[in-house]
Amino acid sequence: MASFFKQFFKDKFATASLCILLALYIAIFFANFIAVYPKDFSNRNLSYAPPSNVYFITLEGKLSRPYTYNYIRKFDKDSLRMYFVQDRSQKYYLTLFSDGFEYKFLGLFKTKKHLLGVQNGGELFLLGCDINGRDNFSRLLYGGQVSLTIGFLALFISFPIGLVYGGIAGYFGGMVDSVMMRFAEAVMSIPSFYLLIILAAILPSGMTSSQRFMLITVILALIGWAGFSRVVRGMVLSIKTRDFVQAARSIGASRARIILKHILPQTSSYVIIAITLSVPSYILAESGLSFLGLGIQQPDASWGNMLKEAQEFANIMYRPWLLTPGFLIFVAVLSFNLMGDTIRDILDPKSQIR
Amino acid sequence: MPIWNYILKRILQGSLIVLIMSFISFFLIRLSPVDPLAELRMNPSITKQTLEEEKIRLGLDKPVLVQYFIWGKNFVRGNMGTTVSGERVSAKIKERALNTILLSLNVIFWTWIIGIPLGIIAALNYRSAFDRILTVLSSIGMAIPSFFFAILLLIFAQKTGWFPIGGLTSPNFSSFDTAHKFLDIAHHLFLPTLVLTTISLAGLSRQMRSNLLDVLDSDYVKFAKAKGLSPFKVVVKHALRNAINPLVTLLGFEFAALLSGAALTEYVFQYPGLGRLILEAVMKSDINLVMASLVIGSFMLILGNILADILLKLTDPRVRL
Repeated sequence: MASFFKQFFKDKFATASLCILLALYIAIFFANFIAVYPKDFSNRNLSYAPPSNVYFITLEGKLSRPYTYNYIRKFDKDSLRMYFVQDRSQKYYLTLFSDGFEYKFLGLFKTKKHLLGVQNGGELFLLGCDINGRDNFSRLLYGGQVSLTIGFLALFISFPIGLVYGGIAGYFGGMVDSVMMRFAEAVMSIPSFYLLIILAAILPSGMTSSQRFMLITVILALIGWAGFSRVVRGMVLSIKTRDFVQAARSIGASRARIILKHILPQTSSYVIIAITLSVPSYILAESGLSFLGLGIQQPDASWGNMLKEAQEFANIMYRPWLLTPGFLIFVAVLSFNLMGDTIRDILDPKSQIR
Repeated sequence: MPIWNYILKRILQGSLIVLIMSFISFFLIRLSPVDPLAELRMNPSITKQTLEEEKIRLGLDKPVLVQYFIWGKNFVRGNMGTTVSGERVSAKIKERALNTILLSLNVIFWTWIIGIPLGIIAALNYRSAFDRILTVLSSIGMAIPSFFFAILLLIFAQKTGWFPIGGLTSPNFSSFDTAHKFLDIAHHLFLPTLVLTTISLAGLSRQMRSNLLDVLDSDYVKFAKAKGLSPFKVVVKHALRNAINPLVTLLGFEFAALLSGAALTEYVFQYPGLGRLILEAVMKSDINLVMASLVIGSFMLILGNILADILLKLTDPRVRL
């Protein structure tokens, strides 16, 4: 185990990826504390407000505590466009650990303390606002709570199913194996994204957001188990001929015990590798689904549905801050991939899944 | 002729899978709370007669299992019903499926043309700067969400005006001569192909690199080197063929991944493919269209896999499947 970590940290890419992922997960874990605005904050007058500029040097050229200006929305009658100008009359200083909106810290106790805030009356939009005048930065944090966890939750459903299914098919072999594998192949042969779209679309409308979250998770899980179970079956086919399985059988262990206690643990290194390498595909699937408007629905945030606004030309041309969720998805997926590659190289140097 | 036996076996297996798959998709959709005729009823241009025909065709008053057989029988005969807007599903599917196949084959072609040489160069220059850069680039290529990349390219297309946005043909397509038509389609295909190629390129070049590395490490390559064969001949005559063979299996998977991956790309680029069709059908709850495109998509996938397996059998006689 110690040598595993030694090898892992020797890889610069893997270490950097781990740090990035840790930072992301810590950020979404303390989302309420880090966020400047609450989940339901929205100010229609600030629709598409650009990111607040934070100044460290005053107009007179002196070093100062960081401060920002509020935006005022103006309307240009000639070009018929909204635009924002800074209200230079009033400086608002940024504050650390100041009071903001009230929330339950980790669901334990109520508090108003926030990592970053701004003086009373000031507005702080680190990454601008979306169409409804919601703070992009805060929503990225709340959206990350969905996008970065849904993959893991789906794994907790799909991997046990795939393990047991593949284990049974491989162990019993023969007719059982043929029937079970044909079924798995049939599931695999439906293009996964088509299936995903259809399953998401037949969800009844009018569900609460947490119900929808649960169902989307289940749907994602239903996609992944088949391919995984096929590999497990292949491994079980070779493991079951080994001596320790014969030994377990000869002392009268039940089939369930042999499969669960003796055979499946042997596949653990493959399972660990497959898990790290399949989290990103779940993240991508969720964001793709939400991007199409079939996954997590407004007003709840997820990185995919935040990126939905980037479908409009005007937005991507003039409001590049709306692309930030896309970069975050990219960074998270890249980190998982790099980490997974390294874990695979360490645990299974001769692996075929590269 | 063992190869014919093998092909026959694969086709039988494939048909069985198609059968099970159509069964799964049928029940998935029929058990959902969506009424298959709701949208047709809402459309004033659909006559009562068509509605009645649809009712009979779908056998809605009969038990679900019978419905499945009725549906299956009609489907095989090419009668897939009408869409919400009154068009024939079969005609629409045919057009869209061909477009998706065009895009996919195009992507596979470019992926192989570019990916294989990249993989070879990286493997031959193992741990060189080129190898490292390629590894990093392929990680990036694998991680970038297809729809996000597509959006970024749209910005590019919009800013430069070099590429048309949306569709497969220009509005005045029919007035072009043949050469012009070809160029027009190529022009429209460029961006979607670029997105999908970038993503599958990463996987393929990586696989090629690691395969070739494994083969270069094997005894027969060492022997070929030892007997004084030139490095070029060793690679081309001995190593390459064995390194490429496993990739043929990948071809089937690649096709599968493309069908899925293409859906989002088609959506962003407004490309008239099967993926976008199914998406539109789902949004409009056009049940006939959804069912048909789901089955056709799966059928294409299974067919792709079978073809890849047969190709592998032809190129590598050692394979026992």
